[in-house]
Amino acid sequence: MTMENIYDRAITLGEYVPEPDDDRIICRCEEITKGEIRRAVHDGMYTITEIRRYLRTGMGLCQGQTCAKLVKSIVARELEVSPAVLEPATSRSPMRPIEMKIFAQEAKEVGDNV
Amino acid sequence: MYNTADVIIVGSGVIGCAAAYYLAKKGVSVIVLDKDDSIGNGGSSRNGGGVRQSGRDPRELPLAMYGVEHMWPTLSEELGIDVEYHKKGNLRLGKTEKHKEILQGLTDRAVACGLDVRMIDGNEVREINPYLSEEVTCASWCATDGHANPLLTTLGYYKNARALGVRFITGEEVVELQKIKGKLKRVVTKKNVYEGEKVIVAAGYESRSIIQSVGIDVPMRAELIEALVTEAEPKMFEQMLGTADADFYGHQTDHGSFVFGGASGLESTAKDNGKMITASITAPCICRGIMKYIPKLADAKIVRTWAGYEDICIDGIPVISEVEEVPGLILACAFTGHGFGISPVVGKLLSQMATGEETMLDIKEFRYDRFHANI
Repeated sequence: MTMENIYDRAITLGEYVPEPDDDRIICRCEEITKGEIRRAVHDGMYTITEIRRYLRTGMGLCQGQTCAKLVKSIVARELEVSPAVLEPATSRSPMRPIEMKIFAQEAKEVGDNV
Repeated sequence: MYNTADVIIVGSGVIGCAAAYYLAKKGVSVIVLDKDDSIGNGGSSRNGGGVRQSGRDPRELPLAMYGVEHMWPTLSEELGIDVEYHKKGNLRLGKTEKHKEILQGLTDRAVACGLDVRMIDGNEVREINPYLSEEVTCASWCATDGHANPLLTTLGYYKNARALGVRFITGEEVVELQKIKGKLKRVVTKKNVYEGEKVIVAAGYESRSIIQSVGIDVPMRAELIEALVTEAEPKMFEQMLGTADADFYGHQTDHGSFVFGGASGLESTAKDNGKMITASITAPCICRGIMKYIPKLADAKIVRTWAGYEDICIDGIPVISEVEEVPGLILACAFTGHGFGISPVVGKLLSQMATGEETMLDIKEFRYDRFHANI
């Protein structure tokens, strides 16, 4: 497949063939396995964004800093494209998990926080 | 592969995906086009997941009530995917006399439409949800409201529609609709031309520029609002929450995380670069709002924030309508930030409209030509 036609979701990927390491955990925060990711691609989830929303990969505490590359390579292999074809997962603020009571203080002068 | 189908749907949000699913179930051939690379990447994947009846415009209420009664309870089973629907009630919270007035007005109007919603005092509020602060003095309580997971609902409809043979094409931006012999027939994208007997435009705010190509307009504007999610917390409560002041709204998900939406109040004048990017002042503002109502969440960690557009109609309810001047065109847009809760119902209505059946509910209030000048 090429970059163009991963967007035509009617193109089928053939039968889902189980692999011996399908039960290996890829996203450790949300405990998502390789098999679940492969199945999601066969369910029609062709972009990293869709995989994240469907399975929660990369949506946990580390926000995909550990598994993003692995997830991407599994999805790319299932689609038979280069990983470079897939968009990177969107990074979102805040960069690290932050308590609500700290985040809420953005309007205060720096001195107040010392 | 052919570029023709009985029905072309522009927009792969939850409305477009639901319509595609119900049409495919009837054996109708469908092509769904979306300009984004990912399915449902607009409001459908960015909303707070409310499945509410209370607080709605009376004109919209019959759709919301039908959904809660007949569609949401069986949707997970229907789609073979857990959409995390919970019917555990909605508390709309108030702190002041002014809030009480607002809530009383909403409640009276909903009761007049036959909805079981009532005003309760602070003590009863805390019996239902003991985590709410003493500042809360009143609320409207609708026990049959609830919430669901919008990501899984959208992708669940997509997955099932695709399995039934619907052709979805993303990265395919529609630039123009074209009539042939007085009837809408062609959907022109940047790369291709598609043809259908009916065309459903369900593309959020972007519907506007698309339907302008056939001389139709819907008076709406796009407003960027934001949401945030916490880390997973122990289970605290199951209700959907909102406030009279619209400080925030949200719920705890099955995963344990809390999803809250809100606004800084400056959105309508925000400099818009056309991208769904969060502003630095908004999430902290939402946090300050939440902590006043639910002090226990002060230590909960925020892991992610995001933004999304609402397509706000001038009169606050959507346009769900056929268009006399353009036979074949069906509009489903301007959902004004409350489209998710009624999406299964709207999807089904659209499938009936596109196949020429009588709709199961009266939809004349949502006509495209209801907008008039003052004088």
